[in-house]
Amino acid sequence: MSVLEVENLRIEIEGTGIDIVDEISFHIEAGEVLGLVGESGSGKTTVGLSLLGHQRRGAKIVAGQVRVDGKDILERSPAQLRALRGGTVSYVPQDPSAALNPALRIGRQLEEVLAAHRFGSSHEERLREMLEEVLLPTERSFLRRYPHQLSGGQQQRVGLAMAFACRPRVIVLDEPTTGLDVTTQAHVLATVRMLCRAHGVAALYVSHDLAVVAALADRVAVMYAGRIVEIGRERDLFLASAHPYARRLVEAIPEISGEHELVGIPGTAPRPGHRPTGCFFAPRCDYAVDICREQFPPRERVAERREVRCHRWQEVLAEAVHDRPLAAVRTNGASADALISIRNLQAAHGERPVLFDIDLDVAPRQCVALVGESGSGKTTLARCIAGLHRNFTGELALRGIPLRPGARNRSRDTRRDIQYVFQSPYSSLNPRKTIGQIIGQPLRLFFDLPRRDQHARIVHALERVQLTSSVVDRYPHELSGGERQRVAIARALVSEPALLVCDEVTSALDVSVQAAIVDLIAELQREMELGLLFVTHNLALIRTIAQEVAVMSAGRIVEHGPVDRVLDQPEAEYTKRLLADTPSLESALAIAE
Amino acid sequence: MTAVAPAAAVAAPPVGRPLTILLRRAWRAVRTKVGVVLVVLVVALAVIGPFFAPHSPTEFAGIPYSHASSALPLGADNLGRDVLSRFLWGGRSVLGLALLATALGLAIGVSIGLVAAYSRSILDDVLMRAMDVILAFPSIVLALVAVATVGPKLWLLVLVVGFTTAPRVARVTRGASLEIVERDFVQAAEALGESRTRILFGEILPSITSPLMVEASLRLTYSIGLIAGLSFLGFGVQPPSADWGLMINENRQGLTIQPWGAVMPVIAIAVLTIGTSLIGDGLSRAAIGLERGGGER
Repeated sequence: MSVLEVENLRIEIEGTGIDIVDEISFHIEAGEVLGLVGESGSGKTTVGLSLLGHQRRGAKIVAGQVRVDGKDILERSPAQLRALRGGTVSYVPQDPSAALNPALRIGRQLEEVLAAHRFGSSHEERLREMLEEVLLPTERSFLRRYPHQLSGGQQQRVGLAMAFACRPRVIVLDEPTTGLDVTTQAHVLATVRMLCRAHGVAALYVSHDLAVVAALADRVAVMYAGRIVEIGRERDLFLASAHPYARRLVEAIPEISGEHELVGIPGTAPRPGHRPTGCFFAPRCDYAVDICREQFPPRERVAERREVRCHRWQEVLAEAVHDRPLAAVRTNGASADALISIRNLQAAHGERPVLFDIDLDVAPRQCVALVGESGSGKTTLARCIAGLHRNFTGELALRGIPLRPGARNRSRDTRRDIQYVFQSPYSSLNPRKTIGQIIGQPLRLFFDLPRRDQHARIVHALERVQLTSSVVDRYPHELSGGERQRVAIARALVSEPALLVCDEVTSALDVSVQAAIVDLIAELQREMELGLLFVTHNLALIRTIAQEVAVMSAGRIVEHGPVDRVLDQPEAEYTKRLLADTPSLESALAIAE
Repeated sequence: MTAVAPAAAVAAPPVGRPLTILLRRAWRAVRTKVGVVLVVLVVALAVIGPFFAPHSPTEFAGIPYSHASSALPLGADNLGRDVLSRFLWGGRSVLGLALLATALGLAIGVSIGLVAAYSRSILDDVLMRAMDVILAFPSIVLALVAVATVGPKLWLLVLVVGFTTAPRVARVTRGASLEIVERDFVQAAEALGESRTRILFGEILPSITSPLMVEASLRLTYSIGLIAGLSFLGFGVQPPSADWGLMINENRQGLTIQPWGAVMPVIAIAVLTIGTSLIGDGLSRAAIGLERGGGER
């Protein structure tokens, strides 16, 4: 018998009868990790929380069963649920820095878990065991630290220690490695896998990152618009998914080898209350036929422990796998004269130096990727160029003309020539302005155009990023994350710049959207002959877009060269480690074979 | 993208202008509707009341403190003038002065608060400590000092009340703006070379309208009280003009004989301030609701 069985779970927005998720059924064996993947808004966290008998404000479990060792937890009283949570079923949240109490020492917080469930006799001994399990230092001084004195990885390990403390039967991990560096992430994932196997815990790993899931999970469930559309062994699913959505999702994952073009999924997932009749994916599906638009496909068994919800799964499965276009060869049309040249640049945050001896060139029509982990200084470098970080010394020149620190001190033409796209479109667009006003701002500042021409330019800029002119009068909150990032790109390109600086522009977006955005930027770069500085922490993305790559670590460029050379024969130790730790479908599948 | 965003965020975002969304949300609450009804009632009374006044507010219509009769529905005041007529005439000054003073206070306070939050320098401390100094004095004391020095002028009343309102507005503005100035869209405007004034009033100010509207209704409530209070003390509107604050003072001696002269203005001022604070409360609840996940990130 499975440790965890979920059957026909339905969760609604309270009082409306509108379902957030429905017909959710799966089971997890002891020691097994089930990866639950889906884009934001697909309902994966909602399902994860229901295993604890909990729902977010406004959501309500209205039907179904969640059985742990055969007993339905949804029938329990609040007091029984409290006893269950953290004991039999435990939870590891996304953001450990927000989950740990900043005012209490680590030791105290770990003890609390044990005390709450009256677990174990000798606390001192047990605490040491807990720390050992998650590979944290076992000294008493460590227990006396506060959360802010720990690194992000250590904080998440403390979260894991708390979750595994009472030897749970089921553990829910909600994107626990989002926001961690790849190296830290690799270590945390290894710890999770080891603990689940060792203690026979049934684990549900909720994530939007398919590469991470591929590296960790035994089986994978793919969610789309509140339904599980496919569930099966991780290898089967990634190598030959039977559902068109799952297939598209896999194709959207960037690979370090970068042989294939990234393919995004056009359109957006329907929200609760706006879901069509028939299959929810039908409007975006290449396989859709009449029956798909009439009724939602039933659960069908493809193979042992593998189910899919698609009317045409047989046809999908019959189609050749990995039949995706090969990536176009990115020619380096760069001329010898650098568009922007950086020599011996040093920068500091206040008194603390963050960049040392940076030398870097970007030629016209060339894309240089700047990769590194958080804190490596890559964003600071990008901000120096854009005139947002003023505290630097050294040479920084645009077409041979020195750039002064601070955008305000530069000429109008210089500001127009260098455009910057921010990481998060949720914060880079003023929520109180319409899209037209946002894109119109650079036009007003850089060109003296009559009103009618301005409008034409705005519409043109929107079309260039594949948005319709109907969004002109809308506000950012009415658009999806991907659409917002397109608006941000349109704002940068409307002033016809020479250099575009993209700072982690895809890290706040879903993988299917990420692929489309990267594609768009690459295409526009060629079309508009832009110099491009593409800052990212995701090594897998750079082959798709860049010709050259500079790897940054601790404020220095440790390796710099053509993309193929750096990725295939890395010279610096740091690059090698970074490549080894980056989770990828290929390496995960290679190990599995 | 946080793990515990309320499920409401899953539902479709509200469509339209953010300010309109806020007002629509606020209007849904009963307290807001009650507040609006009360304020409209008193404002209508003050604005169109004089057209219905049976007597001139300064005309002697009866024996001082005479009781209500068919000729004088609310009786006569301490000098024998018609209480009803004076009551109908007396709202304009309180309302007008309070509105002007609040507007002035908002203009000064918002400007100072925005500059302080955006400067990220010593200027922030200088401005805010200066505001603290003003805050250290009770506003009525400041007003009394000013009026005692210059004399009871109406423009001075507006100036002083506006001046004492500004520091509180500045604090709220700065507090709300501190988080906004760190947002990327402000940086985006900086990178484009947008002028400082436009960044302050074009980028940051629209983002703090909800807390400001709440603050404005609260400040209006206090200004009404303060203006009425100063008139009561004899530093505001001068006799023989009709004014609610003044009426309370004139008629308090005869409170036991003919209460209407003092009670009617008290009721009007009370209803007005309750109304404005209910509206403020409704707005602030709606703003909090929106922040917790209704459509805006």
